[in-house]
Amino acid sequence: MHRYTDVICSFCGTLCDDIEVVVEDNRIVDVKHACRIGTAKFFASNDYEHRILKPMVRKNGKLVEASLDEAVERAAEILKSATKPLLYGWSSTSCEAHSVGIELAEELGGVIDNTTTVCHGPSALAIHDAGYISCTLGEVKNRADLIIYWGANPMHGHPRHLSRYSIFPRGYFRERGQQDRELIVIDVRKTDTAKIANKFIRVNYGEDYELISALRKVVNGGELHQESVAGVPREEIIALAEKMKNAQFGVLFFGMGLTQSYGRHRNIDNAICLVRDLNTHTKFVIMAMRGHYNVVGFNEVLSWQAGFPFAVDMGRGFAWYNPGETTANDVLQRGECDAALIIASDPVSHFPRKSIEHLAKIPIIAIDIHPTPTTQLADVVIPSAIVGIEVDGTAYRMDAVPLRLRKVKEPPEGVLSDVEILRRILAKVRGEQLAAKAEVAR
Amino acid sequence: MEITLITGRTVAQGEAMEKGKTGEDFKRACAVIELDPEDMSKLGAYDGDEVRVRTSEGEVVVVAKKSRDAPHPGVAFIPMGPWANVIVGGDTESTGMPPFKGIKAEITLAKGERVLSAEELIAQVYKLKE
Repeated sequence: MHRYTDVICSFCGTLCDDIEVVVEDNRIVDVKHACRIGTAKFFASNDYEHRILKPMVRKNGKLVEASLDEAVERAAEILKSATKPLLYGWSSTSCEAHSVGIELAEELGGVIDNTTTVCHGPSALAIHDAGYISCTLGEVKNRADLIIYWGANPMHGHPRHLSRYSIFPRGYFRERGQQDRELIVIDVRKTDTAKIANKFIRVNYGEDYELISALRKVVNGGELHQESVAGVPREEIIALAEKMKNAQFGVLFFGMGLTQSYGRHRNIDNAICLVRDLNTHTKFVIMAMRGHYNVVGFNEVLSWQAGFPFAVDMGRGFAWYNPGETTANDVLQRGECDAALIIASDPVSHFPRKSIEHLAKIPIIAIDIHPTPTTQLADVVIPSAIVGIEVDGTAYRMDAVPLRLRKVKEPPEGVLSDVEILRRILAKVRGEQLAAKAEVAR
Repeated sequence: MEITLITGRTVAQGEAMEKGKTGEDFKRACAVIELDPEDMSKLGAYDGDEVRVRTSEGEVVVVAKKSRDAPHPGVAFIPMGPWANVIVGGDTESTGMPPFKGIKAEITLAKGERVLSAEELIAQVYKLKE
């Protein structure tokens, strides 16, 4: 029996680093401090019934067991014969895997995109326009006295975000913890986060932009002539603006409620401008509630290697970034890609119908831990080890702080890490291309 | 009845997803629609009744659930997953982001109709390659 302390949980962007895990005979027998989802993830690594253990290749319409070499060979063949493959997923694997994946995309002239495209893609667009006045979660813990969650429900998406960083912890300048802080939630529903807030503001669906604009007007000394904006009475807007101006250190956390609703990147652009305006009065910061544990890591690695955070098309022989054109859903809906490599993600569950109707027609290589609707449609399935439980790896927390994830147990027999699988596919793709080039040269 | 549909994560969806999407837990967590109690009475649906949700993209049968986050009349919530996404539209308005929230939908009673599993739904909608 071995007890591991300070284990980092690889589920959400909060990357809780205080987990205790007890391992006996290569099985996790106890998990302490993790949330419901994190605990489920640790224990699910034991459950081999719900895992993919052997590579599979589709033959005569059916997925049948195959050797790893055969699966890698088939994957390389599919990718090489494609004109414009889509390489998608990435947010639930390590930065080391991202790096090899980007190299593969470059080699193939494919489109590479991650789940940013369906979470904070609009935030990236807004940040290009308006900048990003942010901080680390440690600063929030030690300094923040006003916390606002807008269109975000961390009680469900990031269950320990409130207890580790925002409301409940005692910090250097917030010695009494929750008593020294105030929580405001702005949402269309009174979510579980809103239920514990000091103040809940219900905004009409799709009118967040208007409410942000009204707040900016008041913060900048203007007068509101309307009785209410976006369903919020004038007095409440004025009171909120005053509260924001008078905070010592305010934080605006925002989620999918802003990025996926009407207005998309314009909502975020306006919210960043509100925070900028507030900084003429006090210290205020803004932070995106990033979902997957390493969605930020992919943005970082792609930025170093290709110069852009997501949605990069390598088809021209150089990195081309144009969200709306090179983003995964647009590429799929235009029917442009003719093969797909999906890693650590399940777009068949989480992309809209129109995108999947095209994906279902093209060959798919799926690298994943569990069977999912995506592996159900795939032509090649390769099982992988879980980063942070069965293999080491680097991940970036939602505030872009890199952390090293450690392994606590061995992966199932014969199951490799994402990095190793990608390296083998890349070598196969390169090797054969080199041979073909050599022939031409002769 | 006309509603505005929003989709997103729930803690039960996250937990069930980590346990495996082929399981019963995943269906229980995701094949539901959370409705405002007043909307439910207008519709004539009780907690646990099957309802059909139709959008311009298609339709899906899910289980009606009284929302704990009410009141939010006219707004309904389906957790992210295959049941939600077979009726989500595709237009990204040149941002890359499909409209996962704010979808116009029509909801009708479908008492007694079977709610498909993730596997069955995917096979039916996307016509498996087999």
